[in-house]
Amino acid sequence: MHPAYSVIFFTTASGAGYGALILLGINAMFGHLPADRWLGFAAMGVALGLVTAGLLSSTLHLGHPERAWRAVSQWRSSWLSREGVLALITFVPAGLFGIGWVFAGQTGGVWAWFGGGAAVLSVLTVYATGMIYASLKPIPRWNNRWVTPIYLAFSLATGAIWLYALLRLFGLNPYPLAIFGAVMGAAAWAAKHGYWRFIDSAPATATTGSATGLGDQKPVRLLEAPHLEENYLQREMGFQIARKHAEKLRRVALTCGVIGLVLLLIAAASSGAPGVLAAVAATVLSALGVLVERWLFFAEAKHAVTLYYGNESV
Amino acid sequence: MTSLPRASRGTKLGLVIDLDICVGCHACAVNCKEWNAGGHSAPIIDHNPYDKDPLSVWFNRVHSFEVGEGQESRTVHFPRSCLHCEEPACVTVCPTGASYKREEDGIVLVNADTCIGCKLCSWACPYGAREYDHAEGVMKKCTLCIDRIYNQNLEEVDRVPACVSTCPVNARHFGDLGDPNSEVSRLVAERGGYELMPEMDYKPVNRYLPPRARKVEQAGALSALTPEARDEGGEGSMGTGFLAWVDQMLSR
Repeated sequence: MHPAYSVIFFTTASGAGYGALILLGINAMFGHLPADRWLGFAAMGVALGLVTAGLLSSTLHLGHPERAWRAVSQWRSSWLSREGVLALITFVPAGLFGIGWVFAGQTGGVWAWFGGGAAVLSVLTVYATGMIYASLKPIPRWNNRWVTPIYLAFSLATGAIWLYALLRLFGLNPYPLAIFGAVMGAAAWAAKHGYWRFIDSAPATATTGSATGLGDQKPVRLLEAPHLEENYLQREMGFQIARKHAEKLRRVALTCGVIGLVLLLIAAASSGAPGVLAAVAATVLSALGVLVERWLFFAEAKHAVTLYYGNESV
Repeated sequence: MTSLPRASRGTKLGLVIDLDICVGCHACAVNCKEWNAGGHSAPIIDHNPYDKDPLSVWFNRVHSFEVGEGQESRTVHFPRSCLHCEEPACVTVCPTGASYKREEDGIVLVNADTCIGCKLCSWACPYGAREYDHAEGVMKKCTLCIDRIYNQNLEEVDRVPACVSTCPVNARHFGDLGDPNSEVSRLVAERGGYELMPEMDYKPVNRYLPPRARKVEQAGALSALTPEARDEGGEGSMGTGFLAWVDQMLSR
């Protein structure tokens, strides 16, 4: 599948933003959130900023962005529509929670419940994002049980790391948050490793034989394509460039991710400027690792239509 | 509404394509492009048509496959277009309701006025039936020539999809596959017509008729024309002349 930068940025940025919202909401529910207005402004700014930037970027690949509002109408059947609806609804409790924190200077009471509501809706939104991909049968590398939990795990891990770095900049060191980020990050990368092993060894779902119906125990191969130049289907669904370097890129993603987590733990254990620096570096490396991971998620996914264009199995 | 119609009326309009006689001339694809460039989905514009990397939208493409190996292999020309599935995920994934399946005849269409061009429907189709029109920013697809098959301004004989009307060898048939007594349904029953990628569970309506089995005599005739190294006096040799002829006959 063609890795569209707008969609990669959307899933990684809004993933981290929703992860941060989830953690802020849960901490408010348990009364762990300092009612500092400036901290609230920065934290909600980062969380909602990431979410909003991601959502806006996702409209960039649309042919008619001005019609995007129509996408909230088909929530009965479409995961993309459900994601749109959930993303919009999340803004309501998240906005109220932010108003309470920034303007009223409170994170408890009813404001905490808004935070909790935003957390629940954020989980559902990220789940819906994962399901957009996991529900597509023609792409077996997405249509499996690994995809949605990995989306959720990376969302929580990157959200925790962003938040932790921000709190360090405010002179706080909530080391349980760093440990949560490290554990969740380790789980996410371990699951991603499992996913890679799974897609490498999964048996073919469809073959050129089943796509043409001619394969009854006989080999079927493309003799002549219908056209000499690439068409939309090949550009969008037949992306090949990354597969050659997939192994290297997987190592790059994993290395960035793991170094990010180590830096996070170093930050939690150190104080002052070095700690802050390590926390910021951890955020940057984690974001980089997840960006490469997400790029591979698209580039490595084979679509069934490629069976008509010379690919033997998906 | 992108939810599928709950109670279909049983009519399933579709195509039956005979892979035994398709000669791969691409006339169906060309006539499809010609008709649709002025029909329901018009215009279907070509991007950079006379420049580097041209990109064009076609609803029908003819692929050629080689099936089998060596002397047993054969070339099969394979036209590919929308199969108007009974369970079209391209419709249910649509977030706006622009994609829909008609209740009255099962035809899958796109409303170009409400399509936002998110391309998710093309991801959801394993058959590559949908192509994105970059010029208009919306998704386009085969309409089963909805603007021909119900067109009262055309002679009745012409009220079939453009690809069917143009096929010079009559390899394409149009009709109601929901009616077991229709001509197309009987053709499917007779010839063992099949659906593509049943493992995807989209329940395509269109059927493909398999190439007929090659006749045994013809295979023999082919091998008789092929020069062979003679096996003189070895195990199983029947010598020359009459016995060789017997050998050849018995070996068939």
